[in-house]
Amino acid sequence: MTLYGVILFHTTSSVLRVEKRLIKEGFAIRLVPTPRQFSSDCGIALRFDWNDHERITSMLGEEKVEFAAIHFLDANPV
Amino acid sequence: MIYLDQAATSWPKPPEVLKAMTDVLENAGGNPGRSGHRLSIAAARIIYDTREEISRFFGVSDPLRVIFTGNATHAINLALKGILKPGDHVITSSMEHNAVMRPLRNLEKRGIRLSIVPCASNGTLDAKDIGRMVASDTRLVVMVHASNVVGTLLPVAEVAAIVHQAGALLLVDVAQTAGIIPMDMTAMGIDLLAFTGHKELQAPPGIGGLVIADHIDIAQIDPLICGGTGSRSESEEQPDDLPDKFESGTANLAGIAGLGAGLRWLKDRGIEEICAHLKTLSRMLIDGLSAFPEVKIYGTLDPARSIAVVSFTVAGRHVSEIGFRLDEEYGVLSRVGLHCAPAAHKTIGSFPEGTVRLAPGVFTTTEDIRLAIRAIGRVIRS
Repeated sequence: MTLYGVILFHTTSSVLRVEKRLIKEGFAIRLVPTPRQFSSDCGIALRFDWNDHERITSMLGEEKVEFAAIHFLDANPV
Repeated sequence: MIYLDQAATSWPKPPEVLKAMTDVLENAGGNPGRSGHRLSIAAARIIYDTREEISRFFGVSDPLRVIFTGNATHAINLALKGILKPGDHVITSSMEHNAVMRPLRNLEKRGIRLSIVPCASNGTLDAKDIGRMVASDTRLVVMVHASNVVGTLLPVAEVAAIVHQAGALLLVDVAQTAGIIPMDMTAMGIDLLAFTGHKELQAPPGIGGLVIADHIDIAQIDPLICGGTGSRSESEEQPDDLPDKFESGTANLAGIAGLGAGLRWLKDRGIEEICAHLKTLSRMLIDGLSAFPEVKIYGTLDPARSIAVVSFTVAGRHVSEIGFRLDEEYGVLSRVGLHCAPAAHKTIGSFPEGTVRLAPGVFTTTEDIRLAIRAIGRVIRS
């Protein structure tokens, strides 16, 4: 069973910029509607495999990527 | 038909541009950034990819600093009205289009001090004249890259050095030059660049943008329009994030897709090649018109110092008659009058009558120019 995490952003442009970057690094990620339990934003969020949590967060930190929050999704698809 | 009105809008558009526009509406027709479903995401991706292409095209590293607007006029208004506050001083040239002049005259009524640097009658600007007008309260200098009336190129890099030394910002209107002159904002020292898609970028009308250089603090720019962005929807305040701060309301998806296709088409064709081709056509036009003693040509008459926009008048004849007969009798399409640039016509000495303007484009052939000159000869001799 895959456990997921989700990264929330303030803008769609930021999501797409980070998506491109993570795909380039070979991460298995997917754009999903922003889960309502985490944000009232109406856009999209980036879902990732929770096993990659540390690698992704350190990469976001190193590259000073702006994002709103990272949440653990458990096994829920969104 | 010979279309020599490319400076007004380019025509025809490359088939790839039309295809990209229909494709996006057929296959990616969601509202970008609003919903989370596949059509919305597909639309958002096309917009983001075009943002990236524009940022590379103009030489900025952050794609989020590309703000899409309806056209260059909208982008110029955003920059001028977003930055200038009562008490600020702004400088412009006497060769400007009304896209610059009218917002500046409007701002003048709101307490902004405006100085207009006179250009020579061939449209050239001496950068030192800008230097002489710079004062301690000068906030911004705005100028056209090349005149839409006579094609004369203005010394952007030289002006940039002077402007930056004074601690002011440089906004450049590249409506006429984007797509026909290779451009790098960083190398040229441009802080804010206003472009339109529908001229030589080969895109449809209704899409343009403001590109903000990487080093500019966006806190100093107020949005022109506020509203829904699909982001931070819990708040009734306009967000500060780029590009959303300046892009409220649903985007022109088909226009943006067309713009992206236009940029890829230009890349394949090669801007250097396009530039060389237009110089050849410009030389032909100037030489051909020079053979008629009753014709007066305006501008530098030098394709190395101008883009391919050639303005002329005929002694004792109205420009409207020349333009009408060229269209009616020979299918040669020009634009006559003041070209939305009364200041430029005053500078070159053709106000209020205006000129006949010939502007070839990437699809114009040498044969088109030969036929156009023959037609002009026949019209002025009969």
